[in-house]
Amino acid sequence: MRKKLWIFLALFLVIPVLLGTVSCAKKTVTKEEPAPVMAPAPAPPPPPVEDKAAKAFDMAKSEFLRENIYFAFDKSILDDMAQATLKNKAEFLKTYPDVYTTIEGHCDERGTPEYNLALGERRAESAKSFLVDMGIEAYRISTVSYGEERPVCTEQTEDCWAKNRRDNFIIN
Amino acid sequence: MIKRSGHTLRVATVFIILLLPAAVFGQYDYIDINNPFSRKIPMAIPAFAALNSDGTDPTLLKKATDVLTNSLDFTGFFNMIDRGAYLLEPGNPVITIDQINFRNWTTIGAELLVTGGLSQTGSLVDIELRLFDTLTGKRLLGKRYHGTVDDVRPIILRFCNEVILQLTGKRGIFDSKIAFVSNGSGNKEILICDFDGSNPVPFTRHGTISLSPAWSSDGKWIAYTTYVNKKPDIFIHRTEGSEKATVEEKGINITPSWVPGQFTLSATMSFAGNQEIYLLTGSGKIIKKITNNWASDLSPSWAPDAKMMAFVSNRTGAPQIYVQDIKTGQVERLTFEGNYNTQPNWSPTGDRIAYTSMAGSRNDIFTIDLKRRQPLQLTQDTGNNESPSWSPDGSLIAFSSTREGPARIYVMTAFGADQRRLLTMPGEQSSPSWSPNLSKY
Repeated sequence: MRKKLWIFLALFLVIPVLLGTVSCAKKTVTKEEPAPVMAPAPAPPPPPVEDKAAKAFDMAKSEFLRENIYFAFDKSILDDMAQATLKNKAEFLKTYPDVYTTIEGHCDERGTPEYNLALGERRAESAKSFLVDMGIEAYRISTVSYGEERPVCTEQTEDCWAKNRRDNFIIN
Repeated sequence: MIKRSGHTLRVATVFIILLLPAAVFGQYDYIDINNPFSRKIPMAIPAFAALNSDGTDPTLLKKATDVLTNSLDFTGFFNMIDRGAYLLEPGNPVITIDQINFRNWTTIGAELLVTGGLSQTGSLVDIELRLFDTLTGKRLLGKRYHGTVDDVRPIILRFCNEVILQLTGKRGIFDSKIAFVSNGSGNKEILICDFDGSNPVPFTRHGTISLSPAWSSDGKWIAYTTYVNKKPDIFIHRTEGSEKATVEEKGINITPSWVPGQFTLSATMSFAGNQEIYLLTGSGKIIKKITNNWASDLSPSWAPDAKMMAFVSNRTGAPQIYVQDIKTGQVERLTFEGNYNTQPNWSPTGDRIAYTSMAGSRNDIFTIDLKRRQPLQLTQDTGNNESPSWSPDGSLIAFSSTREGPARIYVMTAFGADQRRLLTMPGEQSSPSWSPNLSKY
């Protein structure tokens, strides 16, 4: 009986200790393993992925903001170049569904300011329709016409006028 | 500013005294403002005479003489004879009919003579003004006014209105103002000046782009386009006081234009997807759509009887001017020469529409008469000329031009004569809009 009791006691006392040492051993192991990893490595491996994504977004974003589309005089029709540029914009907007954009329609200084306000809106709207046809939700795209009020170039040359006949894109 | 001049005019009204009924009433055959070939009538205006021996400031006399001469000269109806040619005996005032030797005036070619006398007592003035026909030796007009020193200009302008009424049968333009756009502050704001470019004062202070001012036909409201909400909307403001309304529908809200004789506005709006002209109440509520076409329809301008509306449409591919019968809805194309005709402005006389036509990269001002449909070019080879706006009597057209470099406001006669700059101020000026007559007399 006494022996049994001792065995029981031993089991009660030793096993938890054994278990304890095992768990302790495990703990130390787990502590030891991540610890060295956490110090030098944690920054590189997981964030590098985010960093790449952020960098990719920044690059795509700056291209999206930089690339204008251009129009012929008194026209709001999208030529091949404008359509190619708009396809890139559509890709960007598909890749980043949280992005909302405003398309600003502009005209050169020729003609008259009121008609150019109307023309600028038609230019912005034709780019919007194209993007909507490409599958971008209409509610993500606003338009505003600035007519001839915001030229990027003020010389009286065809080169300069061509630069002003544009849609530019803003991220809201 | 506007308020003050309104006040002074009322002061002048109270104290006006008619010296005598005009010798001959309604001599309207002196000037026909609709005749492009009417010759300028030679006119003489001697310097104002002091009516009291002392107390009258000589600079006030000079100011009165200048306002009278410049204002009548502004109309383009008269050929002002140089004062150096006048046959005057020094020291003898020439004001009343018995003091005038008409042969002295007919000898130098003057057919009309305007005399002015002024007496000043402190800050108060009495002014006498007379108009004579030197060929018949008759007085056509005689008026005496009383007011303060500050009233001298409004008093003289009021007399000038009487002169023009006497000679043309129509009220003059001397109580009218011109609203225009200037970017002198760094932003496009709307300003208002007198008919002759004097006293320009800011009307908007939005600090953004404001465009296209348009006067209601009672002169109490101005509607305009502004980017206050970061997109083109229409604001409707009382010219005196702070009452206002806005048209802020989705898309563009542009080219406001009032319907004559009504508190009703027309404007181009795109909230329904297409750019159409709508009729709105003066407080900005939509009444109905006027145009109905897939193309852009904009820049309404109304015939004085409000039965017809001119507007711009690119329904044939390029902007042209059309007229629409408001009752029947029937639309007719008006311009066929050139492929960029915009900015129609219907003459208050009803028979002509001024507009802007682009050739090459230059804009010029034309008119087209509604009967013969013949375009008449009023500006050429002088930079960009845009935004024609008729004076309330239909005798003059204000417009903007880059002929001297930066865009400025100019005025010419209804047939393109006497083109001159209205004012010089910092920045560039554009989009003049001539008010109706602003006083009730």
